[in-house]
Amino acid sequence: MKLQQLSLFLENRPGRLDAPLEAIAAAGINILTLSLADTAQFGILRLIVRDWDRARQVLEDGGWIVNLTEVIAVDVEDRPGGLAEVLKVLDQAGVNIEYMYAFSSHRPGKAMLIFRFEDPDQAVAVLRQHDLRIVDGDELHAEDH
Amino acid sequence: MNAELYWDAASETLAVADKRALQLDRLRALINRVAEVPFYRVWLQRHDVAAERIRSLDDLRRLPLTTKDDLRRHHPFGFLAVPRSQLARIHGSSGTTGTPTFVAYTKNDLTTWAELCARFLVAGGLQPEHTVQIAFGYGLFTGGFGLHYGVERVGAAVIPAAAGNTRRQLTIMRDLAPEVLICTPSYALTIADGAREIGMDPRTLPIRWAHFGGEPWTEDLRIEIEHQLDIMAFNNYGLSEVIGPGVSGECPERSGMHIQDDHFLVECLDPDTLEPVPEGSPGELVMTTLTREAMPLIRYRTRDIACLYSDPCPCGRTGIRMSRVSGRSDDMLIIRGVNVFPSQIEEALLRVEGATAHYLIEVDRPGIRDELTVKVELHRELFSDRMDRMQALRDQISHEIQTTTGIRAQVELVEPRTIERSVGKAKRVIDRRTGAG
Repeated sequence: MKLQQLSLFLENRPGRLDAPLEAIAAAGINILTLSLADTAQFGILRLIVRDWDRARQVLEDGGWIVNLTEVIAVDVEDRPGGLAEVLKVLDQAGVNIEYMYAFSSHRPGKAMLIFRFEDPDQAVAVLRQHDLRIVDGDELHAEDH
Repeated sequence: MNAELYWDAASETLAVADKRALQLDRLRALINRVAEVPFYRVWLQRHDVAAERIRSLDDLRRLPLTTKDDLRRHHPFGFLAVPRSQLARIHGSSGTTGTPTFVAYTKNDLTTWAELCARFLVAGGLQPEHTVQIAFGYGLFTGGFGLHYGVERVGAAVIPAAAGNTRRQLTIMRDLAPEVLICTPSYALTIADGAREIGMDPRTLPIRWAHFGGEPWTEDLRIEIEHQLDIMAFNNYGLSEVIGPGVSGECPERSGMHIQDDHFLVECLDPDTLEPVPEGSPGELVMTTLTREAMPLIRYRTRDIACLYSDPCPCGRTGIRMSRVSGRSDDMLIIRGVNVFPSQIEEALLRVEGATAHYLIEVDRPGIRDELTVKVELHRELFSDRMDRMQALRDQISHEIQTTTGIRAQVELVEPRTIERSVGKAKRVIDRRTGAG
């Protein structure tokens, strides 16, 4: 149901993003998707990988601070308005979104939204109530060939 | 001898032999007065020192040193040598809000203080017909009030403009045409910048000369300020614990600041061995207040590093001269005129829950303003995947630093293990200012 997302703290200066990504690549771990939130001085890199426990170990061994967060992946139609419909449902139910990011899936006509909710259980209930499809870990990582 | 060149010609040009006799008399009287201060009384009794046993000025070296820590330990009134009822004013050490030190004055102390400021103001050319704009802070800081009463003592007009609000400073200057400006050297450059911003040529401002103090500056900066504002710039020195501004100041020769050594006995010591350094070599200035009533200090360690010169000055003043302050014998930083100790920054960080033990203080002067950057190493407990929390953390650290030091700092969160670990004493401060010293 819920996915584990890895977050890393990075200083915002040239070359800082390469190093953790190379460390993960060297360990043979594929990144399904990522997002980067940044300020002028620092950034937060968020990663979704299948083998999150091993990825966390690799990163922590490399000296990075890694934070583990539960996020929720939601399937949407890859067409205009697909995202807006999901957001409307959440908004009307008063669900607080801390942040979100999207990526297009390998499956034609489908896109994936990753949500970090303030209250994930409430969000899951609302999504289910509106027949919105929550993607679980196995299914998501089945895309990771 | 042109009397207009001096405020108190008899004292300022007193022959060296006569001055030494005066100093010795005053030192003996001081020993009697400090017997009222428990800190000194205990010491004098233990070492069996009494005024009559002080036979020459060299005996000064038998007396104890006094440090800022001693003052803090006896905060607030442990160093008073008079009953509280005799106090006329209380000031505080500049800027720092961590552990304040208060400085008390009797009515006579205030008179002396005004006299001493009048001496260096007149040495710069001040006469009763002039007008002086004081752009120093008025408050616990001794700069504003000290100079204010000095100017009044001379009989000149004071404009107590106080610090800040550069646009208003310029309006005052343009409309009231003061001949003299008193502020920190860096604020003089801010005024020049402010003038250019509103399309004024700073060289056309009515100011003819200025007395600068409150922070270390260089000869290069003097040349720069004199060029930008088309003025003569004079240096003066003082510290609140001793009295405030007026401890020493430049004469028209501008080759060192004459210490008012009929009121302050000065030594220049190696800060490690506490032995005197040869004349002209840098050492820590140690001051004994010969005439202070409320809070007399014996051999107070100023932590300011400077050189002393006793060769005669063509101006006729016999006060021994000191160089600019070239540094500190402790880790105190002066940032935008405010005293900041690295320990205060550490204190601020400790108030942030889970804050790291690893930090680095960087001081720069990219233009004319000092900038303080505090780099704080992040660790697990402080890290969140949420940007709002990370920004709140940075703001909280910044707020704590400002509360403790009074200075706004740029806070940078940095990755773990990026601040260099040193063996032994950690290097916490990098001061890149070329103008400091």
